[in-house]
Amino acid sequence: MAILEAEHICKSFSRTEALKDISFSLEKGQALSIIGSSGSGKTTLLRCLNFLETPDKGVIRVNNEVLFDAEDPSTRQESAIRKKRLHFGLVFQSFNLFPQYTALKNVMLARELLASEQADYKARKKEIQEEIRAEAESLLMKMGLSNRKDNYPHQLSGGQCQRVAIARALALKPDILCFDEPTSALDPELTGEVLKVIRELADDNTTMVIVTHEMAFARDVADHVIFMDDGSIVEQGDPIQVFEHPAEERTRQFLSKVTI
Amino acid sequence: MGQIMEQMPIVVDALNVGFLQTLKLFFVTLIGAFPLGLVIAFGSMSRFRPLSYLSKFVVWIIRGTPLMIQLLIIYYFPGLVLHNPIWGGGEAGRFLAASVSFILNYACYFSEIYRGGIQGVPVGQEEAGLVLGMTRSQIFFKITLLQMIKRIVPPMSNEIITLVKDTSLARIIALQEIIWAGQAFMKGSHGISGAIWPLFFTAVYYLIFNGILTMLLGRLERKLDYFR
Repeated sequence: MAILEAEHICKSFSRTEALKDISFSLEKGQALSIIGSSGSGKTTLLRCLNFLETPDKGVIRVNNEVLFDAEDPSTRQESAIRKKRLHFGLVFQSFNLFPQYTALKNVMLARELLASEQADYKARKKEIQEEIRAEAESLLMKMGLSNRKDNYPHQLSGGQCQRVAIARALALKPDILCFDEPTSALDPELTGEVLKVIRELADDNTTMVIVTHEMAFARDVADHVIFMDDGSIVEQGDPIQVFEHPAEERTRQFLSKVTI
Repeated sequence: MGQIMEQMPIVVDALNVGFLQTLKLFFVTLIGAFPLGLVIAFGSMSRFRPLSYLSKFVVWIIRGTPLMIQLLIIYYFPGLVLHNPIWGGGEAGRFLAASVSFILNYACYFSEIYRGGIQGVPVGQEEAGLVLGMTRSQIFFKITLLQMIKRIVPPMSNEIITLVKDTSLARIIALQEIIWAGQAFMKGSHGISGAIWPLFFTAVYYLIFNGILTMLLGRLERKLDYFR
C-alpha cells in the first residue's frame, strides 16, 4: 500500500506554472529520486509536500489520510497544517541549522517543544528530557558526529552541518523524509559523507523523497525515479528503466547532458 | 579658578539632582520604547494592510518631525488647545509628558531597527522551524529573536547613546534635568549667579555615562559572538 499519494498537484507563481498536474505515489520503505534540470519544479514539489507552499489544485494523502485537498478549505488551516507537517521531514539544500544552538540542541529543540505540550510534561519533565537527549545523541552518533555534538554550526564543515540537519529531521520520526538537493551547497569533497549517510538510511528502509543532481547516487539508491521537466513529470519508473532505457526523448536529452 | 573650586560642591550637588532626572527619563524611555517598538515593527510588517499603513504613517510623522516639536505639542496641546490639562502640574506632569514623547519617538526609531533585524534573519530559519512543527511564536522566541538581537545590537547602541543626549531636549518644557540644573546657575541658583561653567560641566556627566554604556553594549556584542 502506498504511504504517500499525490494527485493532480498544480501550483502557479504569478506568471509561471511551476507544477502542472503532478501525480505520483510512494511505497513505505522505498526511496524516490526526483531528477531534472533547475527550474523544472522539483523543489516546488517538495515544498508543497511540506506545506511550505500551498498547491492550487490537488490532493496529498499519507497513510490514506487526506492531508491536503485544494477543494476542502478545512485542510488549509494553519493549526491543522502544523500537525500534518510532522508526517514529513525536510532537509534543506542550505542546511538552515539554528546558529545559536549546538549540534545537539539543534536536534533536540523541536522534540522538546513538542514534548512541552504533552499533558504529563510537567510531572515527567526530567525523564522526558533525558529520553530526548539520549535519542538525539544516538542520532548524532549514527551520523558519525558524536564528537561534534557540542559544536555550533559555524564550527562545522558543510558536510557536518548537513548531517546534523538530517539528524534534526530524523529526531521527529517523520513517515517520509524529504531531501532538497542535499549536496548542492557542498564542496565536492564533502558530498560523499552526506550521500553515504543517506545511503545508509535507504538500507534501513527509510521512506525518502530525494531531489538531487547526483545522478549516479539517484540510480544506486532509489527504488523509483521521477524525471521532471518544465513542471511536469515526463517519465517515471525504476532506476534501470529511466537511466538505461528512457522512453522519452526529453529524458534522453537530459541524461546525455549530465555525467553519471 | 579658585572661585570654581569653591562653587564646585554646590554645583555638583545640584547637577546630581538634575542628572538623576535625566537618568530617570532615559530608563523610562528604554523600558517603554523597547516593547512598543516591537509592536510597531510587527504592525508595519503585518499582512493586514490598514495596520501596516497606520504603523508606517505614525513612523513617518514621528521620524519626520523634530522631537522638540513633539515634546511641545504633547505637553501643551491638551491644556492650551483642548482645555484639558491631562498631564497635571509641576515636575511630575512634565516628566509624564516627556516620557510619553520620548517613548513614542524612540519606539518609532527602534521599530525600524527591529524590522531590519527580523527581515535580516534568513527565511530558511523560519521554514526550518515550520517543517519541524513549531508554532509561529515558538519560531519567534526560540529561533528568530536571538538572531535578531545579535543583528540589532550595533544600530541599537547608536540609538541608545543618542537617547542619553536627547533627554536634554526635555529642557524645552522645563523638565528639571541636568541641562536645566546647569543653566540655573546663570540666572541664579543656590546662591551662585552669572556662572556659565556649570552648564559646560554637564558634558562630563554625559561623557562618563556614555562611556559606561559603550562598554556594557560592547560586552553584550562580544557575548553574542559565540554564534554566527
